[in-house]
Amino acid sequence: MTGLQILPLMLMGLTDILRHKLRSFLTMLGVVFGVGSVVAMLAVGEGASQQALDAIRKLGSQNIILSSVKPPEAGAEGVQRSSRMNNYGLLYADETRILETVPGVVQTVPARFMRKQGILGSQMLELRVVGTTARWFEVVSRPLLAGRLLTPRDEVGRATVCVLTESGARKLLAGRHTIGQTLRLGSTFFRVVGIVKNAEGTGGMQTPDRDTDVYIPMKTGIERFGEIDMQMSASSRSMERVELSQIIVEMRATTDVEPGMQAIEAMLRRFHKKEDYRIDVPLALLREAEATKRRFNGVLGSIAAISLLVGGIGIMNIMLASVTERTQEIGIRRAIGARRRHIVLQFLVETCVLSVGGGIIGLVLGSVIPLLITHLAGMPTVIRPYSLILAFSISAGIGIVFGLYPARRAAQLDPVEALRRD
Amino acid sequence: MSGTADAAAAPAAATAAVLQLVDVVKRYQVGQEQVNALAGVSFGVRAGSFLAIMGASGSGKSTLLNILGCLDRPTAGEYWLNGVDVAQMSDDALSDHRLHNLGFVFQSFHLISQLTVAENIALPLFYQGLSREEQHERVLRLAAEVGVDNRLRHRPAELSGGQRQRVAIARALANNPPVILADEPTGNLDTATSRQIMSLLTTLNAEGRTILMVTHEEDIAGFAKARIQLRDGRILQIDGDIQS
Repeated sequence: MTGLQILPLMLMGLTDILRHKLRSFLTMLGVVFGVGSVVAMLAVGEGASQQALDAIRKLGSQNIILSSVKPPEAGAEGVQRSSRMNNYGLLYADETRILETVPGVVQTVPARFMRKQGILGSQMLELRVVGTTARWFEVVSRPLLAGRLLTPRDEVGRATVCVLTESGARKLLAGRHTIGQTLRLGSTFFRVVGIVKNAEGTGGMQTPDRDTDVYIPMKTGIERFGEIDMQMSASSRSMERVELSQIIVEMRATTDVEPGMQAIEAMLRRFHKKEDYRIDVPLALLREAEATKRRFNGVLGSIAAISLLVGGIGIMNIMLASVTERTQEIGIRRAIGARRRHIVLQFLVETCVLSVGGGIIGLVLGSVIPLLITHLAGMPTVIRPYSLILAFSISAGIGIVFGLYPARRAAQLDPVEALRRD
Repeated sequence: MSGTADAAAAPAAATAAVLQLVDVVKRYQVGQEQVNALAGVSFGVRAGSFLAIMGASGSGKSTLLNILGCLDRPTAGEYWLNGVDVAQMSDDALSDHRLHNLGFVFQSFHLISQLTVAENIALPLFYQGLSREEQHERVLRLAAEVGVDNRLRHRPAELSGGQRQRVAIARALANNPPVILADEPTGNLDTATSRQIMSLLTTLNAEGRTILMVTHEEDIAGFAKARIQLRDGRILQIDGDIQS
């Protein structure tokens, strides 16, 4: 005649939570902050990791840089037959082929380099003229200091406009006021439309831009300066025809870089008789990105471990305390005739509801805190699903285990033992 | 051990007695020392008795009552309950025995402070699996019987000691048990209230219930029909209708 069913026991567990309002609230609070802090800390850590990786990515760690190189034997010939036209280097077709055949390519940026004397007002400076497209500024992303960047419309209209770098502008004594003024390159006049920052501390890292670059629309460059580069010296005259000086290939991710490089190399070898190109990968950047990722994985792992430990100990303490406090109550229930499993089931319901309920509130709290941090302190935060699952399952698990453990232990005691505790 | 002859004879004695103790020993480990709370106690109790267990503090009288109430198990010896050896019973069986056959009244009441008077009284009924309506009906009747029917929605902390003990007695009676165990039921009460509680217990005994009561007060023991005097875990003296 053991008439007691499970349902009334579960209901009793639930009403018991309401009876002990303060204790339930405090217990739940322990779980709420346990879960919330883990989620929030991981979000901050992930944000910092993301930021660091983005910074490296901005430097171009997922770029492959192809450059035209004068083939050695051709150079030797050029000296002998001084007036011969020398054709070499990357072709317009190469860019199209890469874009169409190599997997993982986001975009390609063609560039033609020429050295020209630049004259702005009374200042004169030897500049590297980069004939390129608007995409250059997406791949080599630098802050715009004044004016605007080149646009696809400049390209279509073959506009005679140019963008200076910060160092170039400084050497030409140009500034914000220079926007709209005229820069003479060779015999052509260009309107200065913008100034961008250039890579800092050039030399250490491989970057596509140089100190004294001036960017013009590629089609304008071809139209005004032609494709033939003529170099005259006292004894000889050499003419070179190079379609593209450089192609920057942006890959989807750093992991696409190495396979992409191999694919491009294989393709170029098929179409180029001579080895008139070079393939560069900013390896240092790539390695740096990998190292940073590894470092942050370590940091995130420690953050997760420490905050789970701290949160877990908090939950454990409050559960142990609040259930151990009820040992006498368990003794009374046992003396009256409750079976061990009745006690365990009642406390299972109570601790489950408190742990899971607290866990859910904790997830909400943990998701709101990073938003506030981003909003108030401007720190980037990223909430990943794994952090929610990790924080919830471990915290709720600890709550249930350490809520159930003392209840089970008290139920195992002889009732007289449990009654004696107060 | 006292030998197999006793063990064989015990069930025969148990037919006459509801409860039969044979050479019961209870040892506690206190630090390095072993303390014999009970050092071989044997007696039987017939249905309908009112037994006072007396002795100075430390004589083992509470330990004896706890063993009689199946809250504790003897270290050695036998305890026959309606012809069954308690040592052979599972924990669930002992729980069920307490649930259906025993009612407890403690010196410090042992009410659950978070529950109302009505909920405390209903607790044994809850574990018996009675419906809410049945519980409610029984609680009203019991509360009226012990005179706390105007306090049903109060918490134990809001009641006087006497009222609390009445609630505890109502709870002990909820499962309509044939045996009531009372451990110093008047220990925390004043003289007038003690008398009321004792007359309540006397009435319950007159209804045919067996009452086993621990006390160290001579006048409280006077309400009982039989008494056992303990000293140092052994029976010193037995008076009244008790099988030794």
